[in-house]
Amino acid sequence: MNNHDRPLSPHLSIYRWPITMATSILHRATGVAMTAGFIVFVVWLFDAATGSDAYAMFLGAMDTTAGCVLLVGWSYAFFYHLSNGIRHLIWDTGRGLEIGQATASAWFVIVTSIVLTAAFWWVAS
Amino acid sequence: MSLRSPLGRVLGLGTAKDGTAHWWGQRVSGGAMAVLGLWFAWALATMPGFSYAEAIAFIGQPVNALLLLLLSVTMAYHSFLGIQVVIEDYVHGHGLKIASLVLSRFAHIILAVAAVFAILKLGIGA
Repeated sequence: MNNHDRPLSPHLSIYRWPITMATSILHRATGVAMTAGFIVFVVWLFDAATGSDAYAMFLGAMDTTAGCVLLVGWSYAFFYHLSNGIRHLIWDTGRGLEIGQATASAWFVIVTSIVLTAAFWWVAS
Repeated sequence: MSLRSPLGRVLGLGTAKDGTAHWWGQRVSGGAMAVLGLWFAWALATMPGFSYAEAIAFIGQPVNALLLLLLSVTMAYHSFLGIQVVIEDYVHGHGLKIASLVLSRFAHIILAVAAVFAILKLGIGA
């Protein structure tokens, strides 16, 4: 068994968190969060198709503090996943993969997603 | 130096040859979601209100209904591909993994069909 010269994954417990690691994990977390948001989106459509009583119950559930926090969270998840998804598509062409470039684009994505979320709620209100 | 493990060399099996299909599906549906998602975000932000009358008028309007249909089906597909990778990464144990993947596929199909039914009902019936 000459497994000793094969490359190893980084040992996560002794690893200092670079920002690129946070953006990678956040991409997956926002994706999973939006799958939950998709369920609520389908409930919105289905309740609208069911009738005014069902729709009123849906509006009542969303018009709460928890509902508002979730809606703001899903809007951020969308703009983050969108920005970082474009970053992934650029990487897929082989560009921007140097450590310095990846760190810079990580911060760019974080700032862009916050600005887009703020712009969305500014237009909405 | 070969990067293949001794076990892999003995078994002599290559890849299942379907990795690139998942990769391409994720990228292309992601590109479609960027367009459809931005449209939906814009539509939500500029909607006059979310009362029952305003909601069914919005969903039933033909161009909106078409875009909502595309959004729902693309979202279900893109979400299914993403959740599949999450399950494959984090769910250990062969049986539980297969069960989770089947459950996820059923759930995404149900969501897509429910969305399509609701949009068509409001687009055609109302």
